[in-house]
Amino acid sequence: MSNSKSEELSSDIKYTLPEEDWMDVPVRMKKGMYCHGANENSLITVGFPNPRQWSSSETNWKLPENWQDIVLTGMAERLEKYRSFHIFMDICVRCGACADKCHFFLGTGDPKNMPVLRAELLRSIYRREFTTAGKLFGKFAGARELNEEVLREWWYYFFQCTECRRCSVFCPYGIDTAEITMIARELLNLLGLNIEWIAGPVANCYMKGNHLGLEPHTITSSVEFLTDEIEELTGIKIEPTFNRKGAEILFVTPSGDLFADPGTYTCMGYLMLFHELGLDYTWSTYASEGGNFGSFTSNEMGKRLNSKIYAEAKRLGVKWILGGECGHMWRVLNQYMDTWNGPADFLEVPVSPITGTVFENASSTKMVHISEFTADLLKHDRLEIAPSRNDHYKVTYHDSCNTSRGMGLLEEPRYIIKKVCNNFFEMPEHTIREKTFCCGSGSGLNASENMEMRLRGGFPRANAVKYVKNKYDVDMLACICAIDRAALTTIMDYWVPGVRVIGVTELLANAMKMKGENNRQTDLRGDPLLGAEGGDAEEESEDV
Amino acid sequence: MKILLPFLGVIGVVMVAFVGVELLNLRYLFGIIIPYAAFITFMAGVILHVLKWGRSAVPFCIPTTSGQQKSFPWVKRDRLDNPSDNLEVIGRMALEVFLFRSLFSNTSSSLKEDEGRLIHGSSKWLWGAGLAFHWTFFIVVFRHLRLFVDPIPSVLYLVDSLDGLMQLGVPVLYWTGLILLGSATYLFIRRVFIPQVRYISLPNDHFPLLLIIAIVLSGLLMRYFLKVDIIYVKDLTVGLFSLKPVITHNLGLIFYIHLFLVSVLLAYFPFSKLMHAAGVLLSPTRNMPNNSRRVRHINPWNYPVKVHTYEEYEDDFRDKMKKAGIPVEKE
Ligand code: SF4
Ligand code: SF4
Repeated sequence: MSNSKSEELSSDIKYTLPEEDWMDVPVRMKKGMYCHGANENSLITVGFPNPRQWSSSETNWKLPENWQDIVLTGMAERLEKYRSFHIFMDICVRCGACADKCHFFLGTGDPKNMPVLRAELLRSIYRREFTTAGKLFGKFAGARELNEEVLREWWYYFFQCTECRRCSVFCPYGIDTAEITMIARELLNLLGLNIEWIAGPVANCYMKGNHLGLEPHTITSSVEFLTDEIEELTGIKIEPTFNRKGAEILFVTPSGDLFADPGTYTCMGYLMLFHELGLDYTWSTYASEGGNFGSFTSNEMGKRLNSKIYAEAKRLGVKWILGGECGHMWRVLNQYMDTWNGPADFLEVPVSPITGTVFENASSTKMVHISEFTADLLKHDRLEIAPSRNDHYKVTYHDSCNTSRGMGLLEEPRYIIKKVCNNFFEMPEHTIREKTFCCGSGSGLNASENMEMRLRGGFPRANAVKYVKNKYDVDMLACICAIDRAALTTIMDYWVPGVRVIGVTELLANAMKMKGENNRQTDLRGDPLLGAEGGDAEEESEDV
Repeated sequence: MKILLPFLGVIGVVMVAFVGVELLNLRYLFGIIIPYAAFITFMAGVILHVLKWGRSAVPFCIPTTSGQQKSFPWVKRDRLDNPSDNLEVIGRMALEVFLFRSLFSNTSSSLKEDEGRLIHGSSKWLWGAGLAFHWTFFIVVFRHLRLFVDPIPSVLYLVDSLDGLMQLGVPVLYWTGLILLGSATYLFIRRVFIPQVRYISLPNDHFPLLLIIAIVLSGLLMRYFLKVDIIYVKDLTVGLFSLKPVITHNLGLIFYIHLFLVSVLLAYFPFSKLMHAAGVLLSPTRNMPNNSRRVRHINPWNYPVKVHTYEEYEDDFRDKMKKAGIPVEKE
């Protein structure tokens, strides 16, 4: 199936390279490919450097007088603080294995989006300032001067990397351009060169507890709205609690799922599941954000925002923490949280109150992923499931970058999907699991002014979805990430119209028979179920 | 230019040896002093560099996970691509270092422009050539040890006889030498002809490859064509090794060129990307287990940060919280 809209962007993707050496190609900031600069107030709220009114599309970025010193001192400091950074600056052999692994390169054809060149943007300065060869031989050794032109190039391309780590999987030395991007963004942050789409949510999260800036009463009313929907659908009234001391479990999930379709359906799924289990849990309005946009700007800011989760768990006296579906949230929870804000010795090793399973793999952080929790329930047959209630969908599954390459949560969501729906089709092998393609909007780049960049970045993912759509009529893209739910919806509308995005917990809730529910005729989003209620739909033959 | 300069560089190295040995007769310099200096630079440079890396902290546990994590006993986990303890890390690293496992899974993507379709296929050329290059390089270097020690240990005889299995006349033809030459040439050609790789290559990517090709060529010339007398070479090399170097015979220009090229490579090594040989062992995305939810990783420079406390939050929103029926600490 072709659609004229998507030909617009795909037709100008060419992997041909300029004649000139990359160092001689000046950066051309193309509208639609970058974000607005951070507002003064967002930076002031969290005490970030160089707050001022500025615009990323103008030439004068109002840098501090001694900006070069700030950058170079910042680099020197980080070379000592991060062995990863230090080694990655030294050992790349430019073998090119990573070159065609980045979705931004595949979607733009811009050579500076090859992970190796993205890293060279910074490495060239490292060589000039920190290595003997670079000081002596300059350009011959791949070194160049740090000037404003270079700084613009950094800003443009390090906010054109979603820190997805796909390049790192293929690199023979594990060089992780995501790690280099993280350091580069820290350096840019020292000059106040943030983007508002990150800085705004960071300020919100710092003051109000979540990226969207939902105040406590808005959180409760948003959840209430969802429980009303559930009641309409199932006849069951759910009354969740907030900031309740003495609950067994604290539940933390990205705030995005409270707010916009289709994330809200996933959120309804959580509410229904916990109600059905009779789980002794609470929401928190203070720690009302699972995601962490702070981690997209600096390690320190990531830690400042993340601290709320343990602090709240301690204040409420819960035993352990359950985390919802989100990508980067889980990179942070898996690889950073305990180191930053642990030890969580005031919590207990998580045990499922339903199955008695001890979550050994989370024995130190005390935080369990909802897919782990649910997979365990299904393994022990603790839910009544009618997979036929998802028969009106043909489902494929998108691994989010962070849960695959920063955690390895590959099987649990698949196990759930296979239990709760009958029509599941995998995308081609080089585009899933650890080789999954990014949605193109991760790491705080899901703004609207950079739409062309997002669509291009989402092209490789969309391409693989299109493949299963053509082959199996797939019409639902399942995922376990709040950003995916928002971002991939846009990407699908553009590249593969007709495919919608669904959270795994929404699929589960569709199929879950609740005690005392009425005769459900539609799924969570109001789509009519195939056939009548119950298992009848199973009788229907599939038309392929 | 990116290719020409390093090419001229290697020619230059050869010329220096030629002028130094043939015209100026500085055999002592090229046969003894420079090799020693190069070797010392190599050793000291590598050690200092590794120490420098070692001084950098490893604040977070950041393995790149390329397979299923360890969660429940009934979920099959991937011990090698997502190691959960140090033993499994050793397995992952061993496969990485000895068999280039990450490169083995390499893919190549192409765009069918007319249909706007991306195709991803497996691609093993770089892996094959890289593996052939590094292994034969290692064996050739190892074989050379017989020049430095007397008597020759039996393990060297073994390698020697395996390597020389395809005996095609005298002297025995070592197949490793040929594979080394072939794979190094392939790696060079790929750098020049694959557009993406050419684009990212720097002069100092071409230089070591050309240098190594020159070393192999001079070595092959010496062994099979100009037939430098191995007995005389051994006089010098054993002397070098036992710190009693003497130059007894006229060893011929080609030998000095070979030796000087090797010296340049050794001295160049610690200041270049060739340090990847040591760096790969220290790479945090590969050499750490993915166990950070089970075992707390300590950041040596972790420091307290300014946070927005619950108390401050409640002060900001107390009335709204009370109205919404959310419990508060202070009424
Ligand atoms: S795969 Fe690794 S070594 Fe090769 S070019 Fe990319 S970053 Fe450099
Ligand atoms: S981390 Fe992802 S977005 Fe960034 S360079 Fe690597 S592949 Fe591209």
